[in-house]
Amino acid sequence: MSLDRSDVEKIAHLARLQIDEADIPEYAENLSNILDLVNQMQACDTAAIEPLAHPTEAVQRLRVDEVTESNQRDNLQSVAPMVEDGLFQVPKVIE
Amino acid sequence: MEWEAVIGLEIHAQLATKSKIFSGAGTAFGADPNTQACAVDLALPGTLPVFNGEALQMAVKFGLAIDAEIGRRSVFDRKNYFYPDLPKGYQTSQLFYPIVGPGHIDIELADGRHKRIGVTRAHLEEDAGKSVHDLFPNMSGIDLNRAGTPLLEIVSEPDMRSAEEAVAYVKKIHAIVTTLGICDGDMSQGSFRCDCNVSVRPKGQEEFGTRTESKNINSFRFIEKAIKGEIARQIDLIEDGGRVEQATRLYDADKDETRSMRSKEEANDYRYFPCPDLLPIVIDEDYIEAVRKTLPELPDARHARFMEQYGLSDYDAGVLSAYRDLADYFETVVKAADDPKLAANWVMGELSKFLNSNNLGISNSPISAGDLGGLLHRIKDDTISGKIAKQVFEAMWNGEGSADEVIEAKGLKQVTDSGAIEGMIDEVIAKATPQVEQYKAAEPDKRGKMLGFFMGQVMKASQGKANPGQVNQILKKKLDALCD
Amino acid sequence: MFDKTLAELAKGLDTGEYSSVELTEAYLARINKEDGAFNSFITITDEQALNQAKAADERRATGDATAFTGLPIAHKDIFCTQGVRTSCGSKMLDNFISPYNATVIEKFNQAGAVSLGKTNMDEFAMGSSNESSFYGPVKNPWDTDRVPGGSSGGSAAAVAARLAPAATGTDTGGSIRQPAALCGITGIKPTYGRVSRFGMIAFASSLDQGGPMTRTAEDAAMMLNVMAGFDKHDSTSLQTDTPDFSADLNQPLKGLKIGLPKEYFPENLNPAIAARVQAAIKEYEALGAITKEVSLPNTSLAVPSYYIIAPAEASSNLSRFDGVRYGYRCQNPKDLEDLYKRSRGEGFGAEVKRRIMVGTYALSEGFYDAYYKKAQQIRRLIKQDFVNALEEVDVIMGPTTPEPAFRIGEKTSDPIDMYMEDIFTLSLNLAGLPGMSIPCGQVTAEDKSLPVGLQIIGNYFAEQKLLNVAHMFQQATDWHLSVPPSVVAESK
Repeated sequence: MSLDRSDVEKIAHLARLQIDEADIPEYAENLSNILDLVNQMQACDTAAIEPLAHPTEAVQRLRVDEVTESNQRDNLQSVAPMVEDGLFQVPKVIE
Repeated sequence: MEWEAVIGLEIHAQLATKSKIFSGAGTAFGADPNTQACAVDLALPGTLPVFNGEALQMAVKFGLAIDAEIGRRSVFDRKNYFYPDLPKGYQTSQLFYPIVGPGHIDIELADGRHKRIGVTRAHLEEDAGKSVHDLFPNMSGIDLNRAGTPLLEIVSEPDMRSAEEAVAYVKKIHAIVTTLGICDGDMSQGSFRCDCNVSVRPKGQEEFGTRTESKNINSFRFIEKAIKGEIARQIDLIEDGGRVEQATRLYDADKDETRSMRSKEEANDYRYFPCPDLLPIVIDEDYIEAVRKTLPELPDARHARFMEQYGLSDYDAGVLSAYRDLADYFETVVKAADDPKLAANWVMGELSKFLNSNNLGISNSPISAGDLGGLLHRIKDDTISGKIAKQVFEAMWNGEGSADEVIEAKGLKQVTDSGAIEGMIDEVIAKATPQVEQYKAAEPDKRGKMLGFFMGQVMKASQGKANPGQVNQILKKKLDALCD
Repeated sequence: MFDKTLAELAKGLDTGEYSSVELTEAYLARINKEDGAFNSFITITDEQALNQAKAADERRATGDATAFTGLPIAHKDIFCTQGVRTSCGSKMLDNFISPYNATVIEKFNQAGAVSLGKTNMDEFAMGSSNESSFYGPVKNPWDTDRVPGGSSGGSAAAVAARLAPAATGTDTGGSIRQPAALCGITGIKPTYGRVSRFGMIAFASSLDQGGPMTRTAEDAAMMLNVMAGFDKHDSTSLQTDTPDFSADLNQPLKGLKIGLPKEYFPENLNPAIAARVQAAIKEYEALGAITKEVSLPNTSLAVPSYYIIAPAEASSNLSRFDGVRYGYRCQNPKDLEDLYKRSRGEGFGAEVKRRIMVGTYALSEGFYDAYYKKAQQIRRLIKQDFVNALEEVDVIMGPTTPEPAFRIGEKTSDPIDMYMEDIFTLSLNLAGLPGMSIPCGQVTAEDKSLPVGLQIIGNYFAEQKLLNVAHMFQQATDWHLSVPPSVVAESK
């Protein structure tokens, strides 16, 4: 299994990661090696096996519908990089 | 060539829970930005979701109402994409195992036919926040108050063939969710929004054409206009030798047209996988039966009952049963007025006229159902005429009190004292010598028509309060006596 | 004082031999003086620690104390701590002063514990050597040219170097047990769901589990008594009763059935490691235990399956770090995409980016069945292997790691080589089972003694049994008392 430059660029874009041009070959090689490793799974016949998502196979607990949180805006926005009038700021989004 | 449209709809109904689907923050509309977004809604590092049981119950109610399969085991998945109003970088939704499986509803068409529309599925998911684009010169502001509000996404089969059918379907779903009390149905605030998938094909062709999706349309009228416009656009395009591109389009209500939206992600690859922070929702028969017991009477059942119990026409029963608050209002009026048909005429007539011209919903009517019933009761017991009742109604609308108070204050009580009426008639006859002469000269079978003039004069003299039946009777007797 | 266990320090506080303030001051002074050599702390919280110590002394004076009141410990910098930087070892969160407390932190606060500071770790807990930390590598106190293991390397080194009597850690594929083994301390990863994950910054949600890192099993039980318990803020939190983990420590081991999986003793296992583990098992036999060979036939599939599931979950869990609401934001983004890509590209280190990309790829269109679904199917096989084996035996034992601590830089160029470090530990996370590592001997490498860890695996919810099995070994042997030679001189 081998990934090329365009594969890495496509994955990095999907994951919104800026990757230095110069590092792409190394990422391509690392990722290819990791895929070779994980492809060892393919040798195992799992056709009849139900996937296991959670180890303990418990079921979802249901929360009672009540408002337990009060306004914490000042506290929660104290760590925000850029806030104006209580709104988080991002470069203008054009739809 | 004759074309046929194929329409499928995705409706997003905000569920009317007090708290959010995965956090304990409130869901009220219109709070200051980010004051109803807690650490979980902001996706602070380390925060985790816990599922709101009320949202589950509401979804199951809907499933039962549309006769759908209920998912005994449903699973939340993550839909991954980056957008500023999506704080976690994924939307928690249900792709593989939705809570509500295949179901259906019946819609009534304008010509009275009924048509069954399939509902493919309905699943639970969280709403996103809002971006504010017009407040800052180079920046967009992000308000996450709405992030995490529970949504039920209701996906139809591509069973609709016209904009009218689509609107009938949306209205029916709207009536069901509001009757169930699981959604406030307020389209202007975005509590109930619709994505329309539209394609066209030559009539008779089996396979579907390429479809476009128009997103987030928030009024019945816009849905109709957007679909009609899109069908026409697609047909024009194809007939001019073009091709429909699969795309997401945005309906612009101002220009009444759809236009292509810039894609959020060029190649949508949402990388769905089961959310590892949430466990499968498992419900049993007991749970479902307990929810079933809480279901209110649904619009279709109420429609049938209105026809049967109150003797209403199919049309009237349909209008009055479509919305729970309207239907409840109507039934309260019936009780107080003791006359279903009179109640139906007034609710659909005078009351609707006033509500519409003032842009009010039934729940905001200044006249309560009980008060309207009281007014109608006074028509029934001959205290006032239907004509005076309209005057009383207007006074009630303006807050001048109950029907009896208005009748009393304005002295509108009908005159039924025959002595008083005779006096008024004698006076009119005495003053109208030429008309009396004409009456006398006319052939007996033409005289009936001529009675109208004298009726008008007497009613005018009584300021409308004389009992018209009595007036007619006495007037006829007196005039005919003159002819002998 | 610095050689004392938590249990011993608690006695000293009880008898008034020293106050919590004195204890805390002594530890803070020691950390400030000595940690330069190990880099085991990212943040030292002197002021908060002294305030907590004062409050603890007052609480003890009013008779309102718990067993833990006034005891100083350190927390892995993955647990959100209100008012304190919580970096997760990343530049991404270098400026993140948490506005809330993790449940684990809340529980220690309620018990009256003192937090000395936040310990170093692999970035977002992704690593087995602590070399991926934004704050630089941690040095193994047994040989400062070597790694302490990871990702809870700072906690392990701090406890081994006597900079804290105990610390919290988290374990996604071995991140408590492997550094515990490499640093010669005791660590336990509880059953998945035993310790709340709320406020514990997620790496791989279905695998992550917090736990204690201590010098003794007795201390681990004390820590777990505070940490464990149902939490309504975590959907995956266990709703079963939480036992007193200290209650069964001294149960005799006569008749204990120990399973030895042949897959955990492969032919190429480092012979010195194998010898130490075999010697420990002999010791158990001397204590009355019976051994039996068992098989975990799908062991070789654990690493491949883990390296799909963990990166897939991580790729999604780490999407929230986007420079909008908290954390690192790049300078002058030209548009939204630039804000995302540069904030994430500059804020995350190489290993984190690598794993995000692997996970993104595995979940992308057309690959889901071949990777993620396949990995989850194998996950079930691996779980079933353990369920089968644990029907025959009470506990399973083997080496925690295939090698002793390796040299800093030795494996950084080859991620796969690094991943193999966790070959014996990560199956447990896939299965959700509890596991422990305790020191069981030392090997010599380049004239330095390096500790060896014995891994003990138990059935679901069997933490009490594991702690009992570990404690009895520690009553009969003194490997857990060994102090890194460089540390002994300093603590006199």
